[in-house]
Amino acid sequence: MDAIIEGFGKAFFLILHLDPELLSIILLSLKVSGTALIVATTLGLPLGALTALKHFPGRGFIISVLNTSMGLPPVVVGLFLYLLLSRSGPLGFMALLYTTLAMIVAQSILAFPFVAALSHSAIIKIDPLIKKASLTLGATSLQVTTAIVREARYGIMAAIIAALGRVMAEVGAILIVGGNIAGFTRVMTTTIALETDKGNFALALALGIILLMISFVINMALYFIQKKGALQT
Amino acid sequence: MRLMKVILTLAFVLVVGIGMGASAEKEIICASTTSTDNSGLFGYILPIFEKKTGIKVKVVAVGTGAAIEIGKRGDADVVFVHAKELELKAVKEGYFVNRHEVMYNDFVIIGPPADPAKIKGTKSAVDAFRKISETGSPFVSRGDNSGTNTKELEIWKKAGIDPKGQKWYLEAGQGMEKTQRIANEKRAYTLTDRGTWLATKDKDKLEMLILLEGDPILFNQYGVMAVNPEKQKHVKYKEAMEFVNWLISPEGQRTIASFKDKFGNQLFIPNAK
Repeated sequence: MDAIIEGFGKAFFLILHLDPELLSIILLSLKVSGTALIVATTLGLPLGALTALKHFPGRGFIISVLNTSMGLPPVVVGLFLYLLLSRSGPLGFMALLYTTLAMIVAQSILAFPFVAALSHSAIIKIDPLIKKASLTLGATSLQVTTAIVREARYGIMAAIIAALGRVMAEVGAILIVGGNIAGFTRVMTTTIALETDKGNFALALALGIILLMISFVINMALYFIQKKGALQT
Repeated sequence: MRLMKVILTLAFVLVVGIGMGASAEKEIICASTTSTDNSGLFGYILPIFEKKTGIKVKVVAVGTGAAIEIGKRGDADVVFVHAKELELKAVKEGYFVNRHEVMYNDFVIIGPPADPAKIKGTKSAVDAFRKISETGSPFVSRGDNSGTNTKELEIWKKAGIDPKGQKWYLEAGQGMEKTQRIANEKRAYTLTDRGTWLATKDKDKLEMLILLEGDPILFNQYGVMAVNPEKQKHVKYKEAMEFVNWLISPEGQRTIASFKDKFGNQLFIPNAK
């Protein structure tokens, strides 16, 4: 119980005395997870829309692969990427191992299926009447797609939020490809894992509380964007 | 389309931010062990080295087995670990060059004060392990291919016992400190390094004692070696050797000796030849 109380106390202390090292760790977390989320959304949303709106051979297979990939263990993704990016691996010449870019790639891979699969199910649920109505009004097929995706924006936002949760909480993959190097590739989750290993439970818990608070602020912001969008139409 | 705008703005800011993070300073990657890093040794000696040479040493702290593997694959420039046999083997295979002994600390056998296997007073670690096995007293192993784990298995082998699969033998698969905590919870024996024990016994409120120490087999030698530039063309051999040479220089050795934990204990004894 002591460590838990101490953890909460420490969390408030750390927030009040935000030192540059902690701040840079927090910023790096946001940078890595944020960029990964943008990459995953840029690639995942079109795929989600495509599989929801078009029927083509192999569509069912792709959907099943995406759904399965939501359960990808981060450690396995990390290990696979490590072997690819290692100097002895096929992509070793790019010298990407133990860089933030490698961490972004890892988290993009983890976030991608969430965005694609969940936006797929958000879009497929949209009333087919919208499609018919748009066509009757003389919309081009691009305009029809835009109208449907617009209509599904609430569910798409939920997909992005789920993906954000996945990457913000992730430690297994970025630990392997980033190496948790102090001042370079150390982020919130890997710091928490390290401090737990070192037995600094209160500090680790405090960092966990701060991480949750950051996630909460981001989610509130996303919620307001979502609400604003709903009011406009 | 408001959402798109927000996303694109964010993307721009982040991409620009990442570009600014890159710099051209001299740096090398050192694959090392959690025990060295968690003790705070690197945090103490690396800034001193960096100030002198301008070389930034980035430490990737993993188990000894993984650290050697990372070096073999060319993903580090220098490897600083503690498993002499494995190191010498990897040097012989041509993966590393210029291995040097740097420092040591020692292993100790810790266990519950009740000492159910009655190993207190025993001089030989091998005999102590035999007693643990004979009485079926619980023993927690790192079970993770680390330097400590390698040492432990060496002692079991010398005792002529195969502990794997015995119901009193628990393989934690975790770092040293976690393993100690598991042993504490289970009222079990374990093999630990003195540095980790001194640094954590009070903090973790371990109800355990050192029951055996001083046997020469428990000597824990740390060595450093550079990745062979002929095997891995891209490694920063020159900078790596600057680091190796500094570690074994009188100045590097003095720096290691002057590193103390927060209780004032010296954790590593320099012994470069």
